[in-house]
Amino acid sequence: MTLVVQGLEVKHGAISAISGLSFTIRKGELVTIIGSNGAGKTTLLRALSGLLPISHGEISWNEKTLIGKRPEELVRRGIVHVSEGKAVIPELTVSENLQLGGIWRKDRSDVAAATAEVIELFPRLGERLSQGADTLSGGERQMLAIGRAMISRPELLLLDEPSLGLAPLIIDQIFSAIDALRHRTNLTVVLVEQNAISALRIADRGIIINLGRHVTTGTPSELLNDPALRAAYLGY
Amino acid sequence: MKLKQILAPLRSASPRMRILLSVAIGALLLFASGHVDELRSYQGAQVAIYAIAISSIVLLTGFSGQISLGHGALMAIGGYAAVLAQIHWHLPYPLTFLVGGAAGAGAGYLLGIAAARLRGPYLAGTTLALAVGLPSLANQFHILGGEQGLSFDIGTAPTWIGNDFSQYRWFFWVAVVLALAVYWLLRNLLSTRYGRRWRALRSNPTAAALAGINVARAKVLAFTLSSCVAGLAGSLFAMLLGLVAPLAFTLTLSFTLVTGAVLAGVSNLGGSIVGAVVLVSIPELSNAISSHFGGSEKVTSNLPGVITSVLLIATVLLAPNGPKFPTRRHQ
Amino acid sequence: MNTFFSTILVGISSGAIYSLMSLALVLVWRSTRVVNFAAAGQAILSTYIGYEAMSALHNYWLSLPVALISGALISAVIESFIMRPLAKRTQGTAVESIAPVIATLGILGLIRSLVGLMWGNTFLQYTSPLSSKGFTVGHTTIPFSPLNAAIVVGAAIVLLIFALIFRFTRLGLSLRAASFQPEIARLSGIRVDRIRTVGWAFAGAAGAVAGALVTPTSYLSPNSLDLLLVSGFVAAVIGGLESLIGAVVGGLVLGLGFAFILQYIGSSVTFSAAFIILILVLIVRPQGIFGARSTREA
Repeated sequence: MTLVVQGLEVKHGAISAISGLSFTIRKGELVTIIGSNGAGKTTLLRALSGLLPISHGEISWNEKTLIGKRPEELVRRGIVHVSEGKAVIPELTVSENLQLGGIWRKDRSDVAAATAEVIELFPRLGERLSQGADTLSGGERQMLAIGRAMISRPELLLLDEPSLGLAPLIIDQIFSAIDALRHRTNLTVVLVEQNAISALRIADRGIIINLGRHVTTGTPSELLNDPALRAAYLGY
Repeated sequence: MKLKQILAPLRSASPRMRILLSVAIGALLLFASGHVDELRSYQGAQVAIYAIAISSIVLLTGFSGQISLGHGALMAIGGYAAVLAQIHWHLPYPLTFLVGGAAGAGAGYLLGIAAARLRGPYLAGTTLALAVGLPSLANQFHILGGEQGLSFDIGTAPTWIGNDFSQYRWFFWVAVVLALAVYWLLRNLLSTRYGRRWRALRSNPTAAALAGINVARAKVLAFTLSSCVAGLAGSLFAMLLGLVAPLAFTLTLSFTLVTGAVLAGVSNLGGSIVGAVVLVSIPELSNAISSHFGGSEKVTSNLPGVITSVLLIATVLLAPNGPKFPTRRHQ
Repeated sequence: MNTFFSTILVGISSGAIYSLMSLALVLVWRSTRVVNFAAAGQAILSTYIGYEAMSALHNYWLSLPVALISGALISAVIESFIMRPLAKRTQGTAVESIAPVIATLGILGLIRSLVGLMWGNTFLQYTSPLSSKGFTVGHTTIPFSPLNAAIVVGAAIVLLIFALIFRFTRLGLSLRAASFQPEIARLSGIRVDRIRTVGWAFAGAAGAVAGALVTPTSYLSPNSLDLLLVSGFVAAVIGGLESLIGAVVGGLVLGLGFAFILQYIGSSVTFSAAFIILILVLIVRPQGIFGARSTREA
């Protein structure tokens, strides 16, 4: 059960946003993708989840190719993407947003169980089930987006900047929730983060990319203890 | 030699050259009109009038990114205005055409004020509402002549042109001269700063606004001008039919014009003539087909609509940006 | 009962029909960002099919579901075979917003001509078993007839079923999610393309019911629903074009407005009134009664 990316190339028009990127992520790992603005992190996630077409290379999950599959099909294979910027539908209620996560699933009793688990993890969502999602705070929206994804029972979770625009205290809450989730369900997580320090705190490995190319891979301590990397990519 | 190469000098022509060319083409056409029968003269006049009407849509859609589904209604306004000017003010006919254009412009200005704030579906819906409703409105006002409409007569050709000048040949002359004049005016207008503004507006409204273009005003102006041209086409249409009546300006006319504009390639003024020729030939084609199948009333009256609609849908599906013609294209 | 109240009843009856047509336009607008001007054509075709069913079955009531189902099918076919390929081809080009509008116009023209080919351009009588003579209250006859009552009931049933589906079913949630945020819907496993086709089918069904209910009050011809299209559009604009409830309320507001104009001013100004209402709403409150966000520019 691994995610293998080999020689990936993704283009925005004539410009290559990602070129020649290769890496492997093992089952149960939490890997964070680190890079500055415009490094191609979001593009990478969108290519992984089928939102963007790729020009070259190979992506496979459990030895089956993901190339040419639409996002709605990938969800059925356990690959769930929480896109950037609190991916909830503000026009729907909290409860309806959660329902979306299980809307395609046949096993209704497991959907109910998964929903109960999410509410247990994020009790604030449970208190606001009938409210419109537009009434939630930024942190609550992020919880809702992650909660919705969890109801799909993902095997591979793709998270795009879950800390974006949140207060430090809330960021800690979100990250410890992610950490709890992966240990409870043996989830594989690809976490794209600008906030590298927080992400490395819960990650098994970090992959640094720049201008769509691979720079280096290492454990959090290796990356944090390299002064050159710290200066160039970790921002301190 | 390819058509493209033949037309090359045309594309690079200076404004003065264009005048000369227009005059030359006009002279050629008018000379030719002496050697064809009445039906062909009638169809020639029809082509010229459709070309004017289509260019009014091309002007609007192709160069300012707005869309109108109701230009048939603006033609009706122009047509009725021209006829009323003749009946009530006893204006000589060249002036009635001007009144037709002015009435179109006035109506277009009023619509444009609302339209400038709107885009896409709202303008399209509003103009469609006008096209659906205006003929029924004309039915209800006594001054507009009701169902029968009002007759319009610009008289026969002046004697100094020639004695044996037939009625339709005369209509053809008038329509061709005005069509060339409109084409020449629009061509030149589009190479002024107004034309550049409209193109900027179409390709990127936000950038146009940032560059200091008053988007709302430019849109109102584009709509007003387009309506003015449509009004002129409407008064010529009334001349050709000899009357204005609600049934002459149905929703079908608006459809037909949009089809012509799409066939012309929506940003291609020169394509208007191609669109017009196709539109005029559709009934001929349709008649040929339906008589081949021993056409009943049902077939003869509906086949042109089927052909026009299929052409419209096919063109939009297969070449959404309009077919490519070897003429100058503004992008 | 006085004239005022019977005018309200008549207004609700025609308003119910405008609501259905307005709903047909709003459903399509929400799912694919296109105002479907072909809606009048689709409704005409399904009404003619209903007419055939009525002639064959000798029963108006049975012709209604026939019209409804054929309306849904016609709409789904148009979406799958014309609108979706077109959207894919024009995505990101300068004609992205214009081409679909032109295509719907072409479809409207095509259906009208094909219907003319099949059934001729003559006016057909589409009679319902109910009288269009007004009820008698005390000694006076009011304009509100059993047919009007049936229209109100029929439209209300359809609207109620729609509301229940949209509010309480997974299909309804998919439809709403796909129209608000297609990307999030896809990432939630919703097959958005298929759901859009379903959205069009619902719209086609709503338009078909509008056509089948309104036609017994007048006659049937290839362009007899053109004015209904305009009324539906005005109602949709009043309601904000985005909101399903807005579509229904917009239809009722317009129906009542027309009824009072007809009663107290006269039929000659009905169209001008619709047009003036449209322009006024667009100028004074461009987001409509129920539209909160500024979507007019999109």
